Amino acid sequence: MAELSVIGQRVPRVDAWEKVTGQAKYAADYSLPDMLWCKLLRSPYPHARILNIDTSKAKKLPGVRGIVTGKDFGGWSWGWMPATRDETPLAVDKVRYMAEAVAGVAAVDEDTAEQAAGLIKVEYEELPGVFDPEEAMKDGAPKVHDYVKNNISVEYHWNFGDVDKAFAESHIVREDRFRTARATHGYLEPPAILAYYDPTGYITVWASKQSPYFHYRHLAACFKVPLSRVRVIQPFIGGGFGGTKNDSLAGDFCAVLLSKMTGRPVKYIESMEEELATSRRRHSVIVYSKMGVTKDGLLKAIQHRVVADGGGYTAIGPLSMYLNGFMTTLPYKLPHFKFDAYRVFTNNPIGAAMRGHGVTHTRFAAEIQMEMLAEELGIDPVEMRMRNAIDNPKPGEIYETINKVTLKTCGLKQAIKEAVEDPLWRDRDKLPKKEGAISWGTGISGSSYSGGARQMGHQACAAIIRLCEDGTVNLITGATDCGQGSDTVLCMIAAEELGIKLDDVAIKRVDTAYTPVDPGSYGSRVTILAGQATQKAAREVKKQLLETAAANWQVKPEDIEIRLGEVFVKSDPEKKMPFIRLARIACYSGTGAVIMGTGYSSYGIEHLDLTNGIGNGGCSYSFTAHTARVGVDMETGQITTTDFTIASDCGRLLSPVQAEGQIEGGAIQGLGQALYEDFIMDRGKTLNPTFLDYKMPHALDVPNIKLIDIVTDDPFGPFGAKETSEGSIVSAPPAVVSAIHDATGIWFKELPVTPEKVVKALKEKK
Amino acid sequence: MKEINLTVNNQPYRLSVPPRRTLLEVIREDLGLTGTKEGCGLGECGACTVLMDGQAINSCLVLAAEADGKQITTVEGLASGDKLHPIQQAFVDHGGLQCGFCTPGMIMSAKALLDKNPTPTEEEIKQGITGNLCRCTGYTKIIESIKAAAENMGGK
Repeated sequence: MAELSVIGQRVPRVDAWEKVTGQAKYAADYSLPDMLWCKLLRSPYPHARILNIDTSKAKKLPGVRGIVTGKDFGGWSWGWMPATRDETPLAVDKVRYMAEAVAGVAAVDEDTAEQAAGLIKVEYEELPGVFDPEEAMKDGAPKVHDYVKNNISVEYHWNFGDVDKAFAESHIVREDRFRTARATHGYLEPPAILAYYDPTGYITVWASKQSPYFHYRHLAACFKVPLSRVRVIQPFIGGGFGGTKNDSLAGDFCAVLLSKMTGRPVKYIESMEEELATSRRRHSVIVYSKMGVTKDGLLKAIQHRVVADGGGYTAIGPLSMYLNGFMTTLPYKLPHFKFDAYRVFTNNPIGAAMRGHGVTHTRFAAEIQMEMLAEELGIDPVEMRMRNAIDNPKPGEIYETINKVTLKTCGLKQAIKEAVEDPLWRDRDKLPKKEGAISWGTGISGSSYSGGARQMGHQACAAIIRLCEDGTVNLITGATDCGQGSDTVLCMIAAEELGIKLDDVAIKRVDTAYTPVDPGSYGSRVTILAGQATQKAAREVKKQLLETAAANWQVKPEDIEIRLGEVFVKSDPEKKMPFIRLARIACYSGTGAVIMGTGYSSYGIEHLDLTNGIGNGGCSYSFTAHTARVGVDMETGQITTTDFTIASDCGRLLSPVQAEGQIEGGAIQGLGQALYEDFIMDRGKTLNPTFLDYKMPHALDVPNIKLIDIVTDDPFGPFGAKETSEGSIVSAPPAVVSAIHDATGIWFKELPVTPEKVVKALKEKK
Repeated sequence: MKEINLTVNNQPYRLSVPPRRTLLEVIREDLGLTGTKEGCGLGECGACTVLMDGQAINSCLVLAAEADGKQITTVEGLASGDKLHPIQQAFVDHGGLQCGFCTPGMIMSAKALLDKNPTPTEEEIKQGITGNLCRCTGYTKIIESIKAAAENMGGK
């Protein structure tokens, strides 16, 4: 690879200054004169028919300016696919989960709006609810929606190879039931919106959306206005991680409609308690895993039957279930694979996307079960993984899984090798095994995640670069930095391609009135797809500049190089000028030309086969080997995690500081799912909708993290980049559970592994 | 309504506030200093951390009336013109932030810590920010940033 000037440098984030000084504005920080406040009324029942809504008392409260109920949206509904448009902005005839919104109020201040919401009288007929997905699938279970049978919201049945024959030929076959937690994103910024529907028919919103173009489409469809009149102006986003901030919420639709009705701007901020009780969280998934291996520990077949708690609506469920299955053929060689997936409606809050989407469940199950089999066979867990790991394809070659997922690079074996050479694993037997009540253990996992995800028709992704006459450029994309650092990476790509300094590239937030359409921030797609678009736009600008310089010096464009703001003739370095001078010459050429470049991403545009699970769901795949050391208090069940070593093949790290932050952050979010995080539900009611009771890792819970970078330059990714954001959230739970097993001799199959579960299991073991 | 006098970032203010109004509401809505964030509103996430007479407090839990006569410092009060406070600079240099929503509160907790203990151990740094949740970074780079800030400030 050619020498790089900007890519690979440890640079600060481009938005760091605004964020450390408190100048970065988030949705809740925006206000407009004459603005009203919106509050919602939410259902006290998880499943009930709405018989009547009486708003008369609320209307009479001084300061109330408008009230909306479900009927005011004229029957409009939305969903991820045309066949799954089962959700309305507010519940119309019935509520399907606790705290589903039924009415919205706009008033002169937040307190009045809240008081008025409390004065709305809703007459409900409570219906029997169903809260367990396996119960919900049974004949005779209460029906959440009438348009499906047995509450099955999504189902897939894939069969690759011949699992029955493979199990018959296996030396050992295991069958286990695993379950993942009811975990949520846990960003600190509750969803918020400031909306203004102006009398000429334009909708303008400042909303906390990590994929603003979903919201733009939803608003256009709901309010029947042209897309060209929907303006989503993107503030800074206080964390996303999928799900809620990828979708539109009751508060968004109400704020816009109330603005339309009153002619005034309307602001809505969700309380954290509302957010935690209703967030579009990760599905809780039951995985029935059957795995067969040869006596040498080689994988013969995996059969997964997964049952996911979908909650009250479909949302992004069809994609979630696809992701539960399509990557099970990674990161190990798997000749036979059967997958039966059921996403089931219940009267719980909605299951949707979260970082590590889909894969966290089935990789956890498969990784633990493989190690259980290794234990039965007496094979070392590292050896077991090395025997099965997919080899790195030679340059130009492609590895294809049985479901036609294709890899151009795979650094898993190298990652495992380097992870186990690290002292954490290598010297594990030299460290104490027991200290007082603490039993120590070390564990390992391997994982993979796709980067450059694609979503049906929402694939279009572009960048525009505009040269200014002073030699700086504006980078304009529809891509969203919701904290992951993509604005920095995209600016670095532009600077590298143009041969200018990072400081000379300016980027602003998405504004759907000006920025090109983009799918959004999900599926680790921004660096790869918006990165390629940026690269192409920059090359188009550079081409025009080189032509200008070539004409000026009477040489060929290909003889000229631009590096770090200097333009020179390669064969005659005496012929040189600063970039700013070339920019001036080009901009003042007198031809009237404006130097601009556009580019769009061409990666990953083949057909996405959700129904049959064949082919790629992304452009390239990261690979991770993860070791962990934990101490388990054998009396209290308390688990302390002291160390993580994470070897990641993320292709090439374009911005190492941001990439490390992604890997570390993902690993700690994964630690939360392994040990702490779970919504405690009682018949549809969330018993712990606060950060006091929904336990996310604090600074004191965090282990020492050592990162090892495995470089594989993937041809599908700008400068060889793959994904960095999601691999470690998938690898962390199985690594931690493997370490807990090493410490206690017990395999935990349900997440999170809380002290109660540990104490109970230790008692049962005795 | 109650009359209160308070000093925020060295500016004196006299305000008339309803008895239920929190210090966070005064800072964000009455004074327009939106750098201080509201996350949970219940004192569990630390996003609203400011200094009151040098102590790090959750401003969502303090009534404005309780801040009468106090010195308040918010994130906007740290930099001198274009020059960042060494803690802010260390967060920039060491990648101690991602989405930035916890950052103001995190920096204020770090300031309270370093004001009291200019040479903290790693464990003391973790203790100092344990009231501040961060969902993006996994804390590693925040801890590194505070360590670097302490070194750059030379134990002062």
